[in-house]
Amino acid sequence: MKKILLVGNPNVGKSVIFSRLTGVSVIASNYPGTTVEFSKGSIGSGEKKTDVIDVPGTYSLDPTSPAERVATEMIEQAIKEKNSIVIDILDATNLERNLNLTLQLLKKDIPIIVVLNLWDEAKHIGISIDVNRLQEILGVTIVPTVAITGQGIKELVGRLGEAKKGKYQYDDKERWHEIGRIIDEVQVIKHKHHTVGERLTDLTIHPWTGIPIAIIFLFLIFHAIRFIGEGLINLVFAPLFEGLWAPVMMKFSELIGVDSFFHKLLIGQLIEGQIDFGESFGVLTTGLFVPFGAVLPYIIAFYLVLSFLEDSGYLPRLAVLLDNTMHTIGLHGMATVPMFLACGCNVPGILATRILETRRERFIAATLMSIAIPCMAQTAMIFGLLGEYGPRGLVPVFVTLFMIWLVAGILMKLLVKGESPEIFTEIPSYRLPYFGILLKKVWMRIKWFLKEAVPFVLLGVFIVNILYTLGIIDILGNIAAPVVTKLLGLPREAAGVLMFGFLRKDLAVGMLAPLQLSMKQLIIASVVLTMYFPCVATFAVFLKELGIFDMIKAAIIMIVSAFLVGSLLNLIL
Amino acid sequence: MVCATSVKKRTVETKMANVDLTQMKAGQSGIVTEIHGGYGMTRKLDAMGIRLGVRITKVSGQIMRGPVVVRTGNTQVAIGFGMARRVVVEV
Repeated sequence: MKKILLVGNPNVGKSVIFSRLTGVSVIASNYPGTTVEFSKGSIGSGEKKTDVIDVPGTYSLDPTSPAERVATEMIEQAIKEKNSIVIDILDATNLERNLNLTLQLLKKDIPIIVVLNLWDEAKHIGISIDVNRLQEILGVTIVPTVAITGQGIKELVGRLGEAKKGKYQYDDKERWHEIGRIIDEVQVIKHKHHTVGERLTDLTIHPWTGIPIAIIFLFLIFHAIRFIGEGLINLVFAPLFEGLWAPVMMKFSELIGVDSFFHKLLIGQLIEGQIDFGESFGVLTTGLFVPFGAVLPYIIAFYLVLSFLEDSGYLPRLAVLLDNTMHTIGLHGMATVPMFLACGCNVPGILATRILETRRERFIAATLMSIAIPCMAQTAMIFGLLGEYGPRGLVPVFVTLFMIWLVAGILMKLLVKGESPEIFTEIPSYRLPYFGILLKKVWMRIKWFLKEAVPFVLLGVFIVNILYTLGIIDILGNIAAPVVTKLLGLPREAAGVLMFGFLRKDLAVGMLAPLQLSMKQLIIASVVLTMYFPCVATFAVFLKELGIFDMIKAAIIMIVSAFLVGSLLNLIL
Repeated sequence: MVCATSVKKRTVETKMANVDLTQMKAGQSGIVTEIHGGYGMTRKLDAMGIRLGVRITKVSGQIMRGPVVVRTGNTQVAIGFGMARRVVVEV
């Protein structure tokens, strides 16, 4: 066997089964379209090692979105290569709709094995399926599973060898008719009344109750992130840095001597004879403090809350409620999901724009998030710097960014050519997040952050110190001085900050700390840093997803609007 | 009294009417009788199980021409206003 493709409708649990089969962790959530890129892992070992591929979800082999096109192409590819099999994963609570894809797959020249996932939930809501009869009809092996607990996975692995081509014959025009017949034969639904729980969950999607509930939820989300983030800082990270690490660094400082070059590089400046993790700017002081002491607590907080939201199934409902708002910027409600992800990091945000159907929507969404949505790392640093001024310092930054998001969106809706279709999405049922899986997902995201961020920040602090010592930042400052000082009202050293914003935005905000800026200057610098250009990671993924031409267009929009808005703020604040 | 209201209700129910999804009331259900759309739209609806002859129930509509949420079988689907207007059901 060459490879195994996991194929199925969106949100049936393919990614969970993938993790179970391969031990490779991938992000799974409770909304359609979590997997927009395929993931690859393997099963078995040595000679018997087989690649397993988690294919993005698709409702049919007649694709309607970029993610679905990827899925269809991958299946065609596997058919051409021969020697591969498909594990077709169905949501047992939605057998009728899911069989549509299965029947299409059965006509393809590839062996398949069928999995009925969410078996426990189907039973729970009173659906019983005659697996043996369904096996007879379709002529392929069927394994019921509960992926989230691992039930049935062992059986599935043991029976992979039974995969075979379907023998079920039908006329394509009569497909739904055929499905209806199969359903009548194998499925019994115990009739039940609308439960209290269902009525309650329906309230979250009715406008008169849903909008107030959404406002309360968003308020709670914001406060939960702040509460967890600040709690972690006060209880864990601040004591660690101040109590444990600072004394070690002070000893180290004495050891290597305050005036040496290495002191400057590793520890930085002592502020009134002490290490100041915000301002000293050595690789081992500020370099470690920015990612671990200031940003990580908020990353943990954000992803805990986001993952809970994702797994609960609330996001698609929020998407429906916000559909109108998103239409004013040329998108539809589902664009809420990538926007939410972008608040954590723009990179997964831009990748998630694949759930949008057209290129126009993807361009607008990706540009808007690069221009007006600061990632959690940058937000945490902005909170760190402007937090002492309270709402007076923070509100202007985020209100300005929101207005830019809205105005730039409205302008792009008018100016960017192309189509924006309407929302059309499945609304999954609410599920209580499974705690173990949720924590695993949060851990994966934190690991990803540590891997992506820490080396860049350390390297950044290192280069900053070298460039300062060589006087290069001064030279750059002088060149950029007219723009930076006259237009933006910032000191000329801020030119260097803008340069390092390309490397890491959180680092760049951190570089503002030693400059002793006023509140007004901090507000302007925070806004301009968010807008003027994406960081290198976002830049790379934007380029890959939308191409050089769109990247240039987006970059022009960003640079022009950043300096325009920055100058305006300088005039009115 | 109780009897009278239930009879009245029944007469309203038995009177068939063709309305589109945006005109349906939340909680109302009906059989899809017409879909006015091209190949792309029909195909998208079809993949979600919305096609002629299927019974669907409206879950909610939104203010200001927002999307309509309907339930068919055990699936809930959000459909944009413009598309929802082109799906006709008999209630």
